[in-house]
Amino acid sequence: MTAPVLSVEALSVAFRTEHGDLTALDRIDLAVSPGEVVGLVGESGSGKSVTGLALMGLIDAPGRISGGAIRFEGRDLVGLPERDLRSLRGTRLAMIFQDPMTTLNPVLRVDTQMVEAIHAHERVSAAAARARAREALVRVGIPAPDERLRAYPHQLSGGMRQRIAIAIALLHRPALLIADEPTTALDVTIQAQILAEAQTLCAEMGTALVWITHDLAVVAGLADRICVMYAGRIVEEGPVAAVIEAPMHPYTAGLIGSSPSRNARGAPLTQIPGLAPSLGRRPPGCAFAPRCPSATPDCAEPPPVAALPGRTALCRHPLHGEVRA
Amino acid sequence: MLTYLFQRFGQALVTIAAMALLVFVGVYAIADPIDMLAAPDATADERAAIAARLGLDRPLPVQFATFAWNALHGDLGRSFVYNEPAVQVILQRLPATLELAFTALAIAVVVGLPLGLWAGLRPDSASGRAIMAGSILGFSLPNFWQGLMLVLVFAVTLGWLPAGGRGETVRVLGIETGLLTLDGLRHLVLPALNLALFKLAVVIRLARAGTREAMLQDFVRFARAKGLAPSRIVGVHVLKTILLPVITVIGLELGSMIAFAVVTETVFAWPGIGKLLIDSINRLDRPVVVAYLMLTVCLFIVINLVVDLIYAALDPRVRLSESEP
Repeated sequence: MTAPVLSVEALSVAFRTEHGDLTALDRIDLAVSPGEVVGLVGESGSGKSVTGLALMGLIDAPGRISGGAIRFEGRDLVGLPERDLRSLRGTRLAMIFQDPMTTLNPVLRVDTQMVEAIHAHERVSAAAARARAREALVRVGIPAPDERLRAYPHQLSGGMRQRIAIAIALLHRPALLIADEPTTALDVTIQAQILAEAQTLCAEMGTALVWITHDLAVVAGLADRICVMYAGRIVEEGPVAAVIEAPMHPYTAGLIGSSPSRNARGAPLTQIPGLAPSLGRRPPGCAFAPRCPSATPDCAEPPPVAALPGRTALCRHPLHGEVRA
Repeated sequence: MLTYLFQRFGQALVTIAAMALLVFVGVYAIADPIDMLAAPDATADERAAIAARLGLDRPLPVQFATFAWNALHGDLGRSFVYNEPAVQVILQRLPATLELAFTALAIAVVVGLPLGLWAGLRPDSASGRAIMAGSILGFSLPNFWQGLMLVLVFAVTLGWLPAGGRGETVRVLGIETGLLTLDGLRHLVLPALNLALFKLAVVIRLARAGTREAMLQDFVRFARAKGLAPSRIVGVHVLKTILLPVITVIGLELGSMIAFAVVTETVFAWPGIGKLLIDSINRLDRPVVVAYLMLTVCLFIVINLVVDLIYAALDPRVRLSESEP
């Protein structure tokens, strides 16, 4: 196995509030190899988006990285001066966001927003930058690129805008692209196209991809590995096929059980009872215990690591595999 | 575009007609100008002669019809007091007011936008709070009191600047202007500042609110993820977004600054149209009051149209005609 391009160790993010610090991310570990596609799955509030922003160094006050390390291409991004972080953003590290309707500035033309992304990192002539922007649009499959360059975002469809965002993110051939639910706001057919294109482009450029989503089906078809998040922790991690076939953590099993495709036609979907805990009210032990069918009183203690070859889960009573001594 | 202009022109005509009726009837109701024009010991015959000469003996509908007919030919009547065409009396005073209003506008925008941006970017800093506190004073303290204080501090106590009048003027292209002489500029500072303070406070608040809102938008986050410098994010992405509401309000305020600089002009004895209006109301100089209000209506209509056009130029989402796709 090659050295990972990104290696996150015990990363924590806290938000300062009137009631003390709230922990949004709790000691997460994550490793991404060059060119690998990792799916980060979880429900709303599980910390997926915060993870993405933390990797980019874009956590704003009152939030802050409260511990851990983000090793990216040999450097620790935690504590790196803003100036150095900025020179990495857009060049080595890129990110696209959920809503393509709002990620492009509505009052600036597409070419302005593409050319400025080039000029932020390279001294090239305006004509050369424009030519590269045009080329990038062609690469993401946008017809009539010259016309699109002169357009304002509101003149384009949602799918087109997300493609432009992807084109901008890939302008400098980054080593890692973080995609924060980029297809959620799009309809299903466009979603499939964008997924396929993003995957192909990243494979061509050797760009590793962290795909954040709440949709297990998206990850199943896209990712090499999957990380399941719950209440600010990564509760299970492993190769995508193995995890879906035989989940170790009861939460993962619950997620899989509640996906429509897994159920017989006409039968009601199974649900996970209860709600995810709010940031301030996490139990000291396993956060999933109150909703978990296999919970026992000792789940109130911090959960141990359970393992299978190439896989881990944070659970005292894993459905598969053994708890490490 | 052309359709739009025609529509606006039609609306403007209806507005002007309605205002003409309101203004004429309103001024008619205030008092009988004969009381002011005739000598206190005038006989009934003398009073009747004056009324007949000025047309004041005829019934209201006839007077209005005469006024409307003459107005359509560009004649808004002769001033009872100056015995000159009312429009000419007003136009002679207009350059002084325009000078004052535009200088005040420039101060409000040039000082207000940067302060508002700063306060919006650092809402919790001491400087941000100080700016907001200052802006509250700016529009809660009465305008005339601010004017008196300016006179007291800078003219009376410190003796730095003159307290009243317009100072030395020169004729450029047939228009008297004080902008080209040092003495004229010195006279302009205090009244312009007085007139600007309220608008300055408004611009600061609008810019701050706009900045705070814009900084939370996805497009700002995406711009940061592209690795853009903060100066470009604030100076291009944010500034262009917040200009829209600022321009709308400034447009309306410009009209009111020109039309109702009455208080400032009175405090600083500025020979503009605001002071003329007060004098004319006191002397019941009906034609001047009516002509003044009619010109004001036209002024507002023109300014609103210009604001709409600028708006369309700045925000590509605003369309002025329905023919575009």
